[in-house]
Amino acid sequence: MAIHHPGFGSRRDLLKTAGCLTAGALLPSAFAHAQAGKLKIGLMLPYTGTYAALGNAITNGFKLAVTERGGKLGGRELEYFTVDDESDPSKAPENTNKLVQRDKVDVLIGTVHSGVALGMVKIARETGTLLIIPNAGAAAATGELCAPNIFRTSFSNWQTGYPMGKVVADRGLKNVVTITWKYAAGEESVGGFGEGLAKAGGKVVKELWVPFPQVEFQALLTQIASLKPDAVYTFFAGAGAVKFVKDYAAAGLKGKIPLFGSGFLTDGVLEAQGDAAQGLETTLHYGDGIDTPRNKAFRAAYSKAHNSEPDVYAVQGYDTGLLLASGMESVRGDASKKNELIAALEKARIDSPRGAWTLSKAHNPIQDIYLRKVVGKENKVVGIAHKALEDPARGCNMKKT
Amino acid sequence: MEFIIQLLNGIQYGLLLFLLAAGLTLIFGIMGVLNLAHGSFYMLGAYLAYWLTLKTGSFGMAIPLGLAAIAIIGVILESTLFSRLYQRSHLDQVLLTFGLILIFEELRSVLFGDDVHGVTVPALLSGSIPLTQTLSYPVYRLFISGICLLIAGAMYLVIQKTRIGMMIRAGSTNREMVQSLGINLQLLYTLVFALGMALAAFAGMISAPVSSVFPGMGSHILIICFVVVVIGGIGSIKGALIAALMIGIADTLGQVLLPEFSGVAVYLLMAVVLLWRPQGLFKVA
Repeated sequence: MAIHHPGFGSRRDLLKTAGCLTAGALLPSAFAHAQAGKLKIGLMLPYTGTYAALGNAITNGFKLAVTERGGKLGGRELEYFTVDDESDPSKAPENTNKLVQRDKVDVLIGTVHSGVALGMVKIARETGTLLIIPNAGAAAATGELCAPNIFRTSFSNWQTGYPMGKVVADRGLKNVVTITWKYAAGEESVGGFGEGLAKAGGKVVKELWVPFPQVEFQALLTQIASLKPDAVYTFFAGAGAVKFVKDYAAAGLKGKIPLFGSGFLTDGVLEAQGDAAQGLETTLHYGDGIDTPRNKAFRAAYSKAHNSEPDVYAVQGYDTGLLLASGMESVRGDASKKNELIAALEKARIDSPRGAWTLSKAHNPIQDIYLRKVVGKENKVVGIAHKALEDPARGCNMKKT
Repeated sequence: MEFIIQLLNGIQYGLLLFLLAAGLTLIFGIMGVLNLAHGSFYMLGAYLAYWLTLKTGSFGMAIPLGLAAIAIIGVILESTLFSRLYQRSHLDQVLLTFGLILIFEELRSVLFGDDVHGVTVPALLSGSIPLTQTLSYPVYRLFISGICLLIAGAMYLVIQKTRIGMMIRAGSTNREMVQSLGINLQLLYTLVFALGMALAAFAGMISAPVSSVFPGMGSHILIICFVVVVIGGIGSIKGALIAALMIGIADTLGQVLLPEFSGVAVYLLMAVVLLWRPQGLFKVA
C-alpha cells in the first residue's frame, strides 16, 4: 500500500480538502466552529514610548485576573493578539483594524492615550466589536460617542477633578487658579474641578494653559505668584508632573499657595519629584494603603506574579479582566451571544482592589474617589473625597434607557 | 515688577535654548551635516547625569565623568558613521541620523527603563532668592544662565580669535583650499563634531535637575533647536544666541499676554524673520 499523507494522498483527497476550505470560507459558522476553542483577546496598548510602563502594568493586571481563573474565562482558554499602539493617534485606525479585520478578535482591550482610544471607539462603533477601555479618560468615550459595545473600567477625566472642587472649597479656599496642558484631558479635569468648586461656593479666578506637551512653566508660575490665589489646582502627568511639582517648589510657591491636583500629578513619579511632592493632596480612584483584605490579597498576588508593586494602571487592567470574566461566565464562554454578554457586563458588580464598583448607563465606573496625601514615597489614602461618583456622561444617548 | 521678572524668565529660557542649539548649528553650518540625532545627544547627557549622580553620589562629579564618556562616544560615532556623510546628500544624512534616534531611544529603554527620573539640585545651588512676597527665583536657574553666557563667550572667542577657529571657519567655506594648505580637515571635523555633541549632552546634563529625565526628551527639544538655528542663520553662533534669546522672550511673553496663541508665538516669530531675511539673521557666507 502506498503511504498516504493525510489529506493530500490523492488527487481526489486534494479536491475534497480544497472543497472543504472553500466551504469553510463561505460559511463563517463552519469556520467559527473550528475556532471555538479559544477566546480571542486583542490587546492594543503602548509597549514602547512614554506610556510603555502603563501598557505593561495594564497587561500584567489583566493576565493576573485570567490566571486566577485557571487561565480561562467562561470555560474558554484565551488567545492573545498584541499590538503596540505607540500612543500614536494617527496609527490608531490601522492598528485597530488589524485586530478586528485580520485577527477577528472577540474582544478589544485598549488603551492609555485618549486620542488613540477615540480612534478605537470609532471602529468599535462601526463594527460592533466589544471594546473595553482600561485607562484613557476622554469624556467622549462614555459621553457623546457612547455605545452599547463600549465599556470603560478606569475613570473619566471629569471624575478625577470634580471631587477636589468640594475638598478645596470646604477648607475656605475660594479663589482658585487652575493650570494645565491645553488638551482634552487637562481641559476635562480642570472643567470637572471648576464645577465641583462652584457648587461648593468657590470660584476659578483664572485658567492658565500650557501648550501640550511643553514643560516650560516659569512664566505662568510668575503669574500665579502675582495673582496670589487661595489655592492652585493642576492636571499634569508623567514628566510634566515631575517638572511642574519641582518648579512650583523651587519658585517658593509651595507652602505659600497650597497646590492640589488630580492623582496623576503624583502617581508613579514620586521618586523623581523627591521632597518637592511631600504633603501634596490629590484625588484619584486608587491609592496606597487601602486597608481592605481584597486590596491586600491583590497586591500580594500581583507582586508575586510580576515581581513589582502594582499601581493604579495594574488595578485598571485587573478590573478589565474581572469585568470580562463576569460577562463571559454568564454566557458560558459564548462571545457570539453579544446582547446577552453586554447585558451581563452592564449588571456586573466588580469587587475591585480599589473598592467595589458598578457601571453607569453610559458604561463608565460609578466609584469612590479617594483623597490622597503624599507621605514619603506613597500616595496615602486619607479619606474619600466623593462616594460612588458617577460621570455626567454629557451627550450620551444611552442614559435614558 | 512682574514684567521685569517675566523678562528674566524669557532670557533665562533663551540662554538654555542657545546652549541646546549651539551644537546643532556648529555641526550643520560648518560640516554641512543635518543631524536629527542632536536631541538624542541631549537625552544621552541627561541620562548620564542621572545615572552618574546616582553612582557617584555627586552631581559635580557626574558632569566631568559624563563629558568624558560623551567625548569617547562622539569620536566613535564620528569616525564610524558621520565621517561617511560629509559628501552625501541631506536625504542620506536624515536617514542615518533618524535611525540613530530610534537606536538611542531603544538603548535608553533597555539600559534605564521607561520611568521618569529626577536629579537633585546640588546642595550648594539649591537655594532661592526671594523676589516678591510670594515668588522666589531658584539659584540653580541663575547658575545655568551664567554657564550659558560663559559658553557663548568662550565659543565666540575660540571661533573668531584663535587659529583653530580660523581653520574651522575656512573649512566651512572652502574645503579643497583648506586641504591643499596642508590642514588636516578630517581631524578638524572630528573635533567640531565632538564639540557639537558635547554641547548638546552638556545642555542635557545641566538642565537635568530642572527638567527631569524622561523617555522621548530628545525629540521634545529637537524642533525648537531647528527653529533657533533657522532664525539665527545656519552656522552662526552669534545668530543662534540672538535667535535663542528672541524665542525665549517671545515664548514667555506670549504665554502671559496672549495665552490663547502661546503655542504659535515662536513659529510666528520665525515666519516674520524669514519673510524679512530668508537666510536667517546672520548667515555665514
